[in-house]
Amino acid sequence: MLTLLFDGIAYGMLLFVLAVGLAVTLGLMNFINLAHGAFAMAGGYVTVLLMERLGVPFLWCLPAAFLFAAAAGALLERTLYRPMYARPHLDQVLFSIGLVFMAVAAVDYFLGARQQIIQLPVWLQGRFDLPYVDVGKYRLFIIVVCAVLTLALQWILTRTRFGSRLRASVDDPRVASGLGLNVNRIFLVTFAVGSGLAGLGGALGAEVLGLDPTFPLKFMIYFLIVVSVGGTTTITGPLLAALLLGIADVAGKYYVPKLGAFIVYSLMILILVWRPQGLFARAVSR
Amino acid sequence: MSDSRVADRAPGRPKPARDPLKGSTDVPVGQGAVISLRSQARWRWWEFALAVAAAASWFLLPAHTPLLTEIAILALFAISLDLVLGYAGIVSLGHTAFFGVGAYGAALFATHVMPDPLVGLVVAIAVSSVAGALSSVLIMRGSDLTRLMVTLGLALVLFELANKLDHITGGADGLQGAQMAPLLGSFEFDLQGRVAYAYCLVVLAVGVYFARRVVKSPFGVSLQALRDNRLRAASIGLAVNARLAAVYTVAAGLAGAAGALSAQKTGFAFASLDVLAFHQSADVMLMLVIGGTGYLYGGIFGAIIFKLLQDLISAWTPQYWTFWIGLFLIVLMLVGRERLIRPWTWWRGGSTR
Repeated sequence: MLTLLFDGIAYGMLLFVLAVGLAVTLGLMNFINLAHGAFAMAGGYVTVLLMERLGVPFLWCLPAAFLFAAAAGALLERTLYRPMYARPHLDQVLFSIGLVFMAVAAVDYFLGARQQIIQLPVWLQGRFDLPYVDVGKYRLFIIVVCAVLTLALQWILTRTRFGSRLRASVDDPRVASGLGLNVNRIFLVTFAVGSGLAGLGGALGAEVLGLDPTFPLKFMIYFLIVVSVGGTTTITGPLLAALLLGIADVAGKYYVPKLGAFIVYSLMILILVWRPQGLFARAVSR
Repeated sequence: MSDSRVADRAPGRPKPARDPLKGSTDVPVGQGAVISLRSQARWRWWEFALAVAAAASWFLLPAHTPLLTEIAILALFAISLDLVLGYAGIVSLGHTAFFGVGAYGAALFATHVMPDPLVGLVVAIAVSSVAGALSSVLIMRGSDLTRLMVTLGLALVLFELANKLDHITGGADGLQGAQMAPLLGSFEFDLQGRVAYAYCLVVLAVGVYFARRVVKSPFGVSLQALRDNRLRAASIGLAVNARLAAVYTVAAGLAGAAGALSAQKTGFAFASLDVLAFHQSADVMLMLVIGGTGYLYGGIFGAIIFKLLQDLISAWTPQYWTFWIGLFLIVLMLVGRERLIRPWTWWRGGSTR
């Protein structure tokens, strides 16, 4: 029971790190980016390739995954995404689905369709057998890393100058740019960091979630659930939504495996019908 | 429908607009609207040409009937999405839910009740319309993202259901059911699919005619009004939610018809999980966007172009054709469909945006 809860929390934290970039992109630029999972996949594959081909230790792969995904995000933001900001949502959806299709086919072509396996370092394997609860070492590692990241993000958003600029741009980009903020630069940095976090999440999650070329399609719906249920105005909303989703998914698959993901999807529909702006969102007039 | 009143009243009046005795309070506006609606609803020459081309394809291209049948089915499916997306402005990523309901409905009906295709078609339309009416409450609130998620979620829930209830639906193996009875009692479904193609073409034609009647009516115009600005539409007294529910139901019924055709086209009742999969929703949206939204025939052109592209590319590189479809989609979105189909505007500088 407690083990399930623990696994659910680890899963939820992972989903949060994967999806938080999407929440920011959506809240900030009002851009529905279905291709977010592609950056996560990029991070995961960077890790696998670095470890397998070059023998880089696992811990060094994590920042590499972050940097690679962030660089890819910055490049794509500058070249492809920026012209799409002003477009209708339908165009954005189709554009990002196109990106997903390309990413899936390209990875399939270069690296093959098989499931990739990450060989964890020895000190992350195994589990602590505590009374009432089995704590997987790797799951604990995930929780710690993600908690640190969450706190850092929260600190950046609320305490730093960049955070206040970001929040100003989220609330009203036009007024923010009228006050002399370089909104485009803020968009670029935020998009890059969001993609980088997705890449880091992909690297961390490769062992838990599995990594193959259809990763962006398989988990797109989960990221979107986190964002739409959590709302895009705060960072705690997606966090709580991600934890809820993680626990519900793990528990659902354990207790009623026959129904599979059915519970999660139905729950999402119910929540969204009840609170269309998200469970934890303050009312926004957008 | 409250506004069909305007259209009904108008023809009985002989030129009232200029009559000074009747006053000018209500007449000119209503009359002008009727004239404008009429002129919009006039049949154009290319619509007849399209019908002739479709009929001719049955005689001239017998070797390609399987592909053409698929195009006809997808065209009907895309048209139903156009009602929702192009006319009512609802971004739906789960439209295949109704296609799947229609397909499974037709297949199950043929297997368990009776194998007559036309009755099966009617049943499938009825079932998917009910599904559309029930789920239309889901799309009335929230932002684009919420609707996207709810429609997508509905399709996923149905997919999971079809997957797990394998004693009814056959699960991942699909539902391989009974042989269909001859069409109208006399036309046996043949191996080349000629009868099936004719059947699909006729259903497509009826579907287009019906959808055309819907969107050219005052009801259709009011849909465009609420697509363009929901708040304004509501404040001039349109019952926004009732209209959304109505068009969603109609579109679900059409999608169900397309699904039923796809279940019946081989002559055996067949439905697999594929009809509910996400890529089906994405594909149909892609078709519609290639063909253009909001003028009803975009679905047909889009289905033709998409299927031909898919056929060509997958003959050339069977495993990786999604890459090129993705590339095509990105270019289409970045350049804009309007400019892509007008090559002479490409070098005219950026002023077109």
